[in-house]
Amino acid sequence: MSAEERHGPAGPSPEAARVVEPEPPGVALPPTPPGPAAPGSRAPDAGHRAERMLPGGSEWTFDLIARYDREIARIAAHYGLDTYPNQIEVITAEQMMDAYASHGMPVGYTHWSYGKHYLATEQTYKRGQMGLAYEIVINSNPCIAYLMEENTMPMQALVIAHACYGHNSFFKGNYLFRTWTHADSIIDYLVFAKRFVAECEQRYGELEVERVLDACHALANHGVDRYKRPNKRSLAQEQARLKEREAYLQQQVNDLWRTLPRRPGEETEEARPRTFPAEPQENLLYFVEKHAPLLAPWQRELVRIVRKVAQYFYPQRQTQVMNEGWATFWHYTILQTLYDEGRVSDAFMLEVLTSHTNVLTQPGFDSQRYGGINPYALGFAMFRDIRRICETPTDEDRAWFPDIAGSDWRRTLDFAMRNFKDESFIAQFLSPRLIREFRLFCLVDDDAETTRRIGAIHDESGYRRVRELLSRQYALGEREPDIQVVSVDLEGDRSLTLRHFRRDRRPLAPECETVVKHLAQLWGFTVKLETQAEDGRIIPVHECRMEPRQRRVAGSAVTSALRGVGR
Amino acid sequence: MSDIIDRRGNGRRKSAGNQQRFLKRYKAQVREAVARAVAQRKIADTDRGGNVTIPARDLGEPSFSLGPGGVRTRVLPGNKEFVTGDKLPRPQGGGGGSGSGKAGDSGESEDAFTFALSREEFLEFFFEDMALPDLVKTQLAQIPQVKLRRGGYRSDGTPSNLSIVRTMRESLARRIALAAPYRAQLHEVDEAIAAERRKLAATTPVAPPVAEDGSPPTDTRRLDALLAERDRLLARIARVPFIDEFDLRYNNRVPQPRPISQAVMFCVMDVSGSMDENRKDLAKRFFILLHLFLTRHYERIEIVFVRHHTTAAVVDEDGFFHSRESGGTLVSSALELTAQTIRERFPLDQWNVYVAQASDGDNWESDCPKCHRLLVEELLPRVQYFCYVEIDAAQPQSLWEQYEAARAGVRNLALGRIMTRADVYPVLRELFARKQRLAA
Repeated sequence: MSAEERHGPAGPSPEAARVVEPEPPGVALPPTPPGPAAPGSRAPDAGHRAERMLPGGSEWTFDLIARYDREIARIAAHYGLDTYPNQIEVITAEQMMDAYASHGMPVGYTHWSYGKHYLATEQTYKRGQMGLAYEIVINSNPCIAYLMEENTMPMQALVIAHACYGHNSFFKGNYLFRTWTHADSIIDYLVFAKRFVAECEQRYGELEVERVLDACHALANHGVDRYKRPNKRSLAQEQARLKEREAYLQQQVNDLWRTLPRRPGEETEEARPRTFPAEPQENLLYFVEKHAPLLAPWQRELVRIVRKVAQYFYPQRQTQVMNEGWATFWHYTILQTLYDEGRVSDAFMLEVLTSHTNVLTQPGFDSQRYGGINPYALGFAMFRDIRRICETPTDEDRAWFPDIAGSDWRRTLDFAMRNFKDESFIAQFLSPRLIREFRLFCLVDDDAETTRRIGAIHDESGYRRVRELLSRQYALGEREPDIQVVSVDLEGDRSLTLRHFRRDRRPLAPECETVVKHLAQLWGFTVKLETQAEDGRIIPVHECRMEPRQRRVAGSAVTSALRGVGR
Repeated sequence: MSDIIDRRGNGRRKSAGNQQRFLKRYKAQVREAVARAVAQRKIADTDRGGNVTIPARDLGEPSFSLGPGGVRTRVLPGNKEFVTGDKLPRPQGGGGGSGSGKAGDSGESEDAFTFALSREEFLEFFFEDMALPDLVKTQLAQIPQVKLRRGGYRSDGTPSNLSIVRTMRESLARRIALAAPYRAQLHEVDEAIAAERRKLAATTPVAPPVAEDGSPPTDTRRLDALLAERDRLLARIARVPFIDEFDLRYNNRVPQPRPISQAVMFCVMDVSGSMDENRKDLAKRFFILLHLFLTRHYERIEIVFVRHHTTAAVVDEDGFFHSRESGGTLVSSALELTAQTIRERFPLDQWNVYVAQASDGDNWESDCPKCHRLLVEELLPRVQYFCYVEIDAAQPQSLWEQYEAARAGVRNLALGRIMTRADVYPVLRELFARKQRLAA
């Protein structure tokens, strides 16, 4: 639910942005016209200069924030940014660390891993290894943005432009967020989840709940629907359907695992599918929730909660470059417009630009500070580049982007923001010019060869290859292993078989064994993990055996299910 | 329009519950880490929170991910001299800076997880296996309170501390001072009016009530002007505010520390060969606990470390815990040195003396009577409390018997035999109980 804004991979500390001393207002800027003028236009009129200029200085007040926000909103509206209403909340550094620990969620269920994240954040922050985020913004309606009280006024303005208008419009416009997240109901759902988990802890014990949540967290990345669209539900509906669903689900499960002999002539064995599931299932948590034989209703609901939260974060993991690039592009454009209108001072702009450039640093691959491609830098450069292609295209741009070269930049940018994710955005819009600017090249590391080789560089023959590879680098399917449920042994030992579809001979990391163990806890029976090689061979990887006595049964519904099984 | 909300006053530490879960889950590791930290710290430093480090491998959150191997293709920025088809050797062991940075996608490189524990959390883990009663725990963990005492008045404070009498006094003084010039003028005007009235009274009977031109006589005009001036002055005086912000006075309360006193704590330990690391650890816990106790009751505490084998020496803390000698043991040498140090450096009218002695009980048979004499004649009359622990000894040793004998009729001698950490506290129990009675 949050786009977590760690400004800059190297974490420029907030202090870094405070080098510029504030300057009294109305000193250095050219005067500007009174009355409603189009943003961006400049016309001298000495009489109204002082009243147009927003108060300067580095101290912020609530009144000042409101005034800056009004100005920024005016310019954002002028550029046609469509946003949810904003809710700006000022918090302390400690509260910011709290928010970090829970992925920025304002409410969340209790789990030790969040405590661990808090302690780790606190440690690095106190040692000065990392500056805190200047802001966190939550994809909700109204859109909640946190500002830190330590920031100076120029920083607050930067953050408002970045989060409240940049990210906010992205949340509202991008197709992935529109499809997968419900900004209206997410806070309600989290409140429901928190209560439900607390209730379960009271009734069944913290340990039991923790065991289920641990297992679910391990599978969270494989607990999302990639293609099927979820339904809308409000809190009230959610609660009303809870009871009904519990009863219904349990009945389904019991039915699936029925072992009572059938009366002759009632149904033939052929009516049941020989293999289950009929098709491989990629959403492991969904599969567990619907089909695990031994889970109690409350455990199923916990699985569901983790799954839904994972689903909520799913778009954010796929739109990092775009989201950050978009927000950075707009804070830059909006504040630059404010400056051009003569509403902010040179000192203000210098401070903004200092931290802006800090965030956009992209160290080379051989630098000590290199930590991957900076999504802020790449995204910002791409949106700027699209604008350039629209406004002043070169021959190269006309050849590569015939459809957008020379078009209206605002419309093109809007189209790009709405209809792409990182993967497709890069495949569609990365221009040769940017590839040259970033001096991108690709490195092929094949463990079958003795050396690594350079696959392509930023030259005529390499542009397409580099662009394709960079795009693939941002595809979730490339970053995470493709693991699916292929079969359940219905007639025999009820074991569940997972299959990893291998690509490029890349194996699973060894910790997959722990994850399989977690899954076996949920499933209640043996879980096998196998790899399907590129040539179709099946290689067993790991098997977690579940003996009957290891099963920990909770809840009476399960015992009745067991009775049906005739253990 | 955006809503702007100030949330700074909202709950801090919203994830405190999550942290508790974390500490609970990794209790064993944290306890071990705290024990390790205690072993490294100086006795006087135990009473603080601090960083503890636990192995990161235990607290991973696993997920399915891709491991090293196979064909990896990465796009990197900042090419300088490569062209397509170049071959690069693989870096060996990751170091050496051979020109290619590792992509930062595998962040699990740290093998230790370090985090900060607050003072309370730290002490809780420290106390845990020492089997301290809750009352004692809270007594030790609490930060010494100061008493608030009246200390005059100040010009800012909370409304509940407003001193009304003082405030009104200030107000009155200010009103008098501010109105003084007007009152002086008023006085003059009053006199002028009176004079004018007298003048008018003297002239009116002969003058016609109204002049021919219909205007009042000049004389009345002057009186009217004076009356108007008088009204103006009265209004001016009335405008002096009855009470103003800088009249406000608040009761000032200054924190007063408890009566300042100082104590010296002698740590006496046998460092002969038979004291191994485990015994030293137990001894250290014993010393720490006594020190914690003393910090609760004394403003300033000095620690003197006396180690001994056949001869005794005053050493620093490091030399005390981390040196090893061999040879025989003469406990009397340490007692003698202690008594001598007290005589020379710590006059009894200024210092409270506590002695904690730890030993494995080994002593030369012929030395024991001398110890008994030193204890009873030299030390016990001078010290507040003398506690002796015999660590990890299978059966009471010769020294124990001597001390046991000295115990009769003496209130400030405590003896204990320690096998595990939980045995440490009972030795000091009486000390704690006595102080509680005194405090009550």
